[in-house]
Amino acid sequence: MIIALLYALVGVGLFGLGLYSLIIHAHLLRKILALNIMGSGVFMVLVALAGGEGNMLDPVPAAMVITGIVVAVSATALALALMLKISAITGRAELNDEEGK
Amino acid sequence: MTLIDYLSVLFLLAGAVFFLAGTVGLLRFPDVYTRLHALTKADNVGLGLLVIGLAMQAESYASVGQLLLIWFLVLLAGASSSHLIAKRALQRGVRMWRR
Amino acid sequence: MEALSLLQWLIDILIGVGLLWLAWRVLFSPELFKAIVLFIAFGLLMALAWVRLQAPDVALAEAAIGAGLTGALLLSAWMKLREESTQQFEQKRKRQIFVWLLAIPLLLIIVGLGYAISLLTPYPTGLSTAVAENIDASGVSNPVTAVLLNFRVYDTLLEVAVLFLALLGVWSLEIRESAIGSEPEPVLDVLTRVLTPLLVLVAAYLLWVGAHAPGGAFQAGSVLGAAGVLLILAGWRLPHRLAGLPLRITLVAGLSTFIAVAVLMILGGGRLLEFPSSQASQIILILEATATLSIATILAALFLTSRPSHSEKT
Repeated sequence: MIIALLYALVGVGLFGLGLYSLIIHAHLLRKILALNIMGSGVFMVLVALAGGEGNMLDPVPAAMVITGIVVAVSATALALALMLKISAITGRAELNDEEGK
Repeated sequence: MTLIDYLSVLFLLAGAVFFLAGTVGLLRFPDVYTRLHALTKADNVGLGLLVIGLAMQAESYASVGQLLLIWFLVLLAGASSSHLIAKRALQRGVRMWRR
Repeated sequence: MEALSLLQWLIDILIGVGLLWLAWRVLFSPELFKAIVLFIAFGLLMALAWVRLQAPDVALAEAAIGAGLTGALLLSAWMKLREESTQQFEQKRKRQIFVWLLAIPLLLIIVGLGYAISLLTPYPTGLSTAVAENIDASGVSNPVTAVLLNFRVYDTLLEVAVLFLALLGVWSLEIRESAIGSEPEPVLDVLTRVLTPLLVLVAAYLLWVGAHAPGGAFQAGSVLGAAGVLLILAGWRLPHRLAGLPLRITLVAGLSTFIAVAVLMILGGGRLLEFPSSQASQIILILEATATLSIATILAALFLTSRPSHSEKT
């Protein structure tokens, strides 16, 4: 039970790290990496708290996390394609809000 | 703990030693080619020893077959990717380390 | 034994600390290539964590999709980015003061979330007893597969739709075709020839065994998609005859089977996606088989990003 709490706190830490990196980095690929790590953190919290007692894992959060992993890869693929398009058009793969583009 | 258990622990520890050596090599060797050399030692021999140690604890011969298949696939993938990395590094002009 | 549980504690603490440290290195490495490779390692360590949390289905999905396919997508995009822009990858951040000031509210958020989660334990048993009571009527004996393909099959329908929509989005952006696989590599050729039939076999096994052991359609689809990625890397492209209608049929097969089954169930008098328990296992197998095929094709197409040309003239 304490082990489940440990993993849940690791998940929270991953979420926080990802959120911090998402905000402060300007490069789009780093933002995509940060989003993936945030997602992994959330999944960890879901499954860690589903451990239950002994070997009866609650299957509903596990199914939701599998769905989440697949949705995360689709979103990552689309985000990478958008990043490539932005880089092809503007010449750089960053979002700088000082220039107002 | 029976004799099989002791033997199994011995093989697992030996495999772990090879993995440790491979990791130290990855961190400390001077260029790409020597680092690949260190990694393949960990992959081939280290994983082989781990597989032997685990196979002694397996419940059926099918599990042993699966473990051996895993080891074979890792060997295949490790050898191919080492070759590809080294070939690409050579094409890029990464020079080999000379003493 | 006291020593054994101490060892298990140690393993869990090592995995937890390792995950956090790897995530920090992924997000704050100056080199982007190093960050992507460390992200793949992070995904594999996550798979190990899922095994420790007794969720082997999630571990399979994470290793195949989360670490493998996402890593391949990221590396391929990084390569194309290097071809496009000649600019150096600078880790441009916002102003330094802002960076340090942001850490304080973020730490508060992390501590607050951690505290809220610690309030949740000890937790009730959740839905595991409800699933266990109804699992005989579901047609499969693996509880995760039962949830994914019977009790909450509506979510799975939407998930397949999301994959398909992502592919439509990527295709509509019309990314330029990349030079992946254009140089001949004999070792990669041989590796692909040996691995592709083996990957197809493993995918079929995962699909079949998902009914009563860890496995299922998504894991099988991702292994098959990995075979597709390997073929693309070795330079194989879809022949022009197959890149038109047959490709499109394969892509929509999963989603349209789900919708067809849903409509049939409604016409048969039940509610949306309510399977009769006598035919549930056959319906689930059909759904999983077409879903595997579609997922594999979509994942490989997402890796290629450019739509295969299907016109008769080159």
